[in-house]
Amino acid sequence: MRTISLFGTLVAFLGIASGADFAADIEPIFRDKCYGCHGEQQQFGQLRLDSRSVATSTGPSGPRIIPHDAQASSLYQRVAGLGEGNRMPMGGQLSDAEVALIKSWIEDGAVWPEGRGADAALNQHWAFVPPTRPEEPQLSNGQRAENAIDRFVLARLAAEGLEASPRASKETLIRRLSLDLTGLPPSLEDTQHYLDDTAPGAYGRLVDRLLASPHYGERWGRIWLDAARYADSDGFEKDKPRQVWFYRDWVVDALNADMPYDRFVVEQVAGDLLPGAAQQQRVATGFLRNSMINEEGGANPEQFRMEAMFDRMDAIGKAVLGLTVQCAQCHDHKFDPISQRDYYRMFAYVNNFHESTQAVYSADEDRLRGEIFAEMREIEAGLRELSPDWRERMAEWERAEATNQPPWTVLDAHIKLGSGEKYEVLPDKSILAQGYAPTRSVVTPEGQLEPGTVRAFRLELLPDPRLPLGGPGRSFRGTAALTEFEVEVAPAGDPKKWKALKIARATADVNPEMSILDPFLFPDKDNKRRILGDVGFAIDGFAMSAWSTDPGPGRRNMPRKAVFELAEPLEIEEPTLVKFKLSMNHGGYNSDDNQSLNLGRYRLSFTAAENAEADPLPGHIRELVSRGGQRTPEQEEALFGYWRTTVAEWAGANRKIEDLWDKYPEGSSQLVLDERPMPRMTSILQRGDFLRPTERVQAGVPGFLHPMPERDELPDRLAFAEWLVDGDSPTTARAIVNRLWQGHFGTGIVETSEDLGRQAADPSHPELLDWLAVELMENGWSLKHIHRLIVSSETYRQSSRVTPSLLELDPNNRLLARSARFRVDGELVRDIALASSGLLTAQIGGAPVYPPAPEFLFQPPVSYGPKRWYTANGAQRYRRSLYAFRYRSVPYPVLDTFDTPTGNFACVKRDRSNTPLQALVTLNEPVFMEAARELGRRTLDEGGADDPERIDYAFKRVLARAPSGSERSELVALLGSQRERLQAGGLDAAQLAFGEQPSEPETAAGNTAELAAWTAVSRVLLNLDEAITRE
Amino acid sequence: MLRSHATSSPLARRWFLQQCGVGLGAVALRDMLQAADPLAPKRPHHAPTAKNVIFLFMGGGPSHLELFDNKPELAKHEGTLPPANLLEGYRAAFIDPNSTLLGPKFKFARHGESGAELSELIPHTAAIADDIAIVKSLVTDAFNHAPAQVMMSTGTQQFGRPSMGAWTLYGLGSESRDLPGFVVFSSGQKGPSGGNSNWGSGFLPSMYQGVQFRTSGDPVLYLSNPAGVDRRLQRDSLDALGRLNGMRLQEVGDPEIETRISSFEMAYRMQASTPELMDISQEPQHVLDMYGAEPGRPSFANNCVLARRLVERGVRFVELFHESWDQHGSLISGLKKNCRDTDKASAALVSDLKQRGLLEDTLVLWGGEFGRTPMVQGGTDDGRDHHPNAFTMWLAGGGIRPGTTIGKSDELGFNVVEDRVHVHDLHATILHLLGFDHTRLTYRFQGRDFRLTDVAGDVVKKLLA
Repeated sequence: MRTISLFGTLVAFLGIASGADFAADIEPIFRDKCYGCHGEQQQFGQLRLDSRSVATSTGPSGPRIIPHDAQASSLYQRVAGLGEGNRMPMGGQLSDAEVALIKSWIEDGAVWPEGRGADAALNQHWAFVPPTRPEEPQLSNGQRAENAIDRFVLARLAAEGLEASPRASKETLIRRLSLDLTGLPPSLEDTQHYLDDTAPGAYGRLVDRLLASPHYGERWGRIWLDAARYADSDGFEKDKPRQVWFYRDWVVDALNADMPYDRFVVEQVAGDLLPGAAQQQRVATGFLRNSMINEEGGANPEQFRMEAMFDRMDAIGKAVLGLTVQCAQCHDHKFDPISQRDYYRMFAYVNNFHESTQAVYSADEDRLRGEIFAEMREIEAGLRELSPDWRERMAEWERAEATNQPPWTVLDAHIKLGSGEKYEVLPDKSILAQGYAPTRSVVTPEGQLEPGTVRAFRLELLPDPRLPLGGPGRSFRGTAALTEFEVEVAPAGDPKKWKALKIARATADVNPEMSILDPFLFPDKDNKRRILGDVGFAIDGFAMSAWSTDPGPGRRNMPRKAVFELAEPLEIEEPTLVKFKLSMNHGGYNSDDNQSLNLGRYRLSFTAAENAEADPLPGHIRELVSRGGQRTPEQEEALFGYWRTTVAEWAGANRKIEDLWDKYPEGSSQLVLDERPMPRMTSILQRGDFLRPTERVQAGVPGFLHPMPERDELPDRLAFAEWLVDGDSPTTARAIVNRLWQGHFGTGIVETSEDLGRQAADPSHPELLDWLAVELMENGWSLKHIHRLIVSSETYRQSSRVTPSLLELDPNNRLLARSARFRVDGELVRDIALASSGLLTAQIGGAPVYPPAPEFLFQPPVSYGPKRWYTANGAQRYRRSLYAFRYRSVPYPVLDTFDTPTGNFACVKRDRSNTPLQALVTLNEPVFMEAARELGRRTLDEGGADDPERIDYAFKRVLARAPSGSERSELVALLGSQRERLQAGGLDAAQLAFGEQPSEPETAAGNTAELAAWTAVSRVLLNLDEAITRE
Repeated sequence: MLRSHATSSPLARRWFLQQCGVGLGAVALRDMLQAADPLAPKRPHHAPTAKNVIFLFMGGGPSHLELFDNKPELAKHEGTLPPANLLEGYRAAFIDPNSTLLGPKFKFARHGESGAELSELIPHTAAIADDIAIVKSLVTDAFNHAPAQVMMSTGTQQFGRPSMGAWTLYGLGSESRDLPGFVVFSSGQKGPSGGNSNWGSGFLPSMYQGVQFRTSGDPVLYLSNPAGVDRRLQRDSLDALGRLNGMRLQEVGDPEIETRISSFEMAYRMQASTPELMDISQEPQHVLDMYGAEPGRPSFANNCVLARRLVERGVRFVELFHESWDQHGSLISGLKKNCRDTDKASAALVSDLKQRGLLEDTLVLWGGEFGRTPMVQGGTDDGRDHHPNAFTMWLAGGGIRPGTTIGKSDELGFNVVEDRVHVHDLHATILHLLGFDHTRLTYRFQGRDFRLTDVAGDVVKKLLA
């Protein structure tokens, strides 16, 4: 063979075309250079060169081998480096001689003798075939099965010559179940109750109780939040706090209600597009909005919107599809059949929403809003009743209003960059400010005026879905404050000769009463008082005062306008440049505190009319008035709602309504999706670079997955969401049941739970995975159903004891001849200390809390900028860790130390490290020490009559079991030795028992030394390996 | 049996069999677990020239034009617009790229036998010119701080990849039993823009991530015992914990319990060793003076002293962030202050390592995430914007050829024209010095082998001694 190859080389060298033999010349090249990626194991590009039927078929880039026509054969093109595709083989080329051999073989007819190579088709990867319910294996004698899970597991064990472990003790089981299902250890009473329940079905009752606990949603919600990359801040340099906890609570509530998983996904990907979408469905779309936001000075908003879109695709891939689609953002997926084109076609479904922030209200706030609106309607109905001629009067007012506005000409304005804020000029010539938001800035829109007269300028502030709460400003409430409005002109021919114009009078359609700018929300290190109020503040030449657009909650996110009348008419003879200086001096103290009151979207116009004033009518009312004609009842009600404010005799009723507005709840906000009316164009991006779009693509799904169902209208994001959870999806159900399994056993049936694709680890129990996936879908996608099946199985209920032979035969316990034993997730580590000690505040949901953390973490030079951390005292200090505020750039250190993800990207499988820094946390962190003191106190107060009884009490509180004799003696000895030291004055009893600064009533009780000794013992108990382990 | 992606632990398994079957002594047991420890020292691909790394990360983007890269032509063209062809496709963070050129604000002179040209701002660095290699041709992909820092730290702009320090620990393990193998300090006016992702472990096991130390209060989070707990109570508690955990180990047989016991013991040792390490008042006065360090006053200089002390104790990777170099304005005063804060200490660190024989196998890097524009920012001729196309770093020790300058930018300091060194190339070179073929130091994640250098990177041979 070698000689023949040599001959081939010689032939190529001499440039002689000569017949190449498949077996002698071609197959060896394929074997040595190609099979690695295109053979039995791997079949990149759906090509295997060891199979004649596949190799001679048509691939993604055309016919691979066309006999007698090498130039047209993609095989030859790729190895010769012709055409657009990457030259093959990747990472090394064939020699010229080898290329020539292939060429001549094809030119000679590509003769591939029968029987050469494998008689094989493409491997169909198991996870790309929809699951069907497999037959359950038969049990052999003596095997015990609770359900199908056990039959699959036992069959595999039997095949490997292994046996299941005996059941774990009841004490172990209740702690295991409680931790797995609720993330909290059982209380003493729970444990006792279960131990006492000897009737049949006790275990099932326990499972039911735990699955019905509201803490179930907290535990499994947190796991979903990892995949949803939940965090309470923006990430990147600024890492600004955001309000997204309504989404977190939505997840907890949905899981507690056992919302079907398909619905759970649909609401998160496209809840806003569901018919009749309510606040809850919109909140659910926070899932896609959990991406990071970069508002550092130089950031281009579109670039980082794209980064966020990539992150969303990654999250959908990992969390829902169980596939790593991310690779395909830059190039065709190397291992799975997802082409770059497929990627951007899927991308196109989700590439069409505004990054929006919506006001949201708690149930109580919503009730209050309902009451307020009802009362307003009642007052208005009363007015109509009292004045039966209101319709005529309103019509008369309308006629007067219809024509009283001067004509305005909108200025074509542009803004020079400088502060880092980015400006987009929209089709209506308004300017949208995005990206970095300087806290102090002067924005200078410029335009040109043509000959004529100008007597006044108008500044319109407009809403936009991309602004916080819809704008019109950029504060976290969507409000703005204009410190000063100035205008200058210069001849277009002499653009350096700027001359300021004097403004005589300003009017606006909102003129809030004077108030002091909240120095807490908008801190000013100068300690100067800044004030907000009517539009006169925008022309008073005083940098401390500003016109505010904020009349209070409920009406702050509306279009606003101000008109500035010139002292002297501006007579323009030559084209003239005009420049506005819009000063915004009412943000925080510098760029790092992330607080601004900048204008968000605005538009400038001018008029020649005399005495121009800001139209007091809101835009939508003005539109109704000037349009006239037929109106809907809603339009009439809106018109009436405005008109009544102009009726002098109704001052009393108007006042009452104003008072109601004063009661309007502040609410919270939530990042949501807001579908754009005009679809965005999606193109394939070369190397994922947003500046290098290539071919435009239409939305579509990859061919190797299930098809998009036929529908009448063009498929949109909602269709895509429904496709993700379609019953025909090969990976969706498998991915989620695999992760439920992972939560209970530490490792999934497929260990690579983020990737079920070709590179995935082999499933340990493939039939079981399919069985569970089908079971999920056939039971209304009920996750609780799957949990119940898993935890009811004998497999789950085994002891986790490791024997030497098991460790030898199955070190990673993939076969489940024993239950799993692993350190619990970071949140649970802390929650266990809180719950076992009795400190836990079990309140569900609400705004994030700030457990104690070292202040320096949130200040430079550790944090880029200063961050707020309002350390909680009292009950809020002891909320579950789920509720701890999550800054991405400086994560709460207790959780960070225990491998809790930061939310920078989707995570479906946590790391589980075991480090000295973790020991320092559980030994020394303040809340852990407070837990030790509380456990000590309770033990002394409630734990029994003598030391052994008390030790048993404390031990059971933490571990749900009684200590063994030697464990008890060890603890008695520790208690004794510390008592001795305390008595001898070797330890500061008061500090140990009460902390750094004990209060007098604490120390006056007289049992300080005993409390101190029990604190020491409790601290050891809380630090046991078993305490933070799911046994 | 199964194609598995997890690290199985054959050593733990062997331990179990021997421990339970034969009954090893506690000392042998511990030694064995050490061997199974993923942080145990490992051999790289080839003989390394560097064992340790100290990265002086000058966050914000130091101006190459005022510090290292003298451009007389830029001074000549001050006030004029840059040539249009330079700006094609160029994006700037803040300014309109078509802004006038700004000449260098400081004087340059040649230093040492190597004749390296350095600015008057950094006289101490000038004094060690013959010990360092200056690279004037660095290029990066990002021009915003957070992405560019994450690029410099992890080889990609995307968050979530392992940092250089994490890769180093993953590849080489740690020589220190009492201290983390990757330690991070921060000084300056701000914290690093890239936040903790600069020293994160990404998809590598989290034990490889950097641990932040600070120079006032507890050097490591929760290092001090709580009020009322003294060293002896801590010892008594650990003894009790060790025995109780040991009983559990006998009962359930999970080797992870032994790791837990070791972790607690190392925590206890850290409680003693770290304060001693952090106490720079033990240093002779002349050493403190050399750095400009003052015990008790947190500073970059103190951190430099600590970096040396850490390396002496076997810490593999030390990273000092000094985030102060973002001179959009106050270019002159800002640079003067920054150089006052860092020049002396950076040079002292190199000299100190050298005189102790540590420089031989310790690589020192000095530089930021990008350079600054030849164009002016602001109306006062006193600022520059971010610039990714050309910037300068210097390296010393650990197999770096001393007294050399490589690479060249064009006459405006805008683009690299000679010996382009992309961040990937820098990473490839660092890994090479540490004994690795950068294409072979990989970690499988999501079905793909990842590396620090992504799919690029060439070792900069001219930098090697």
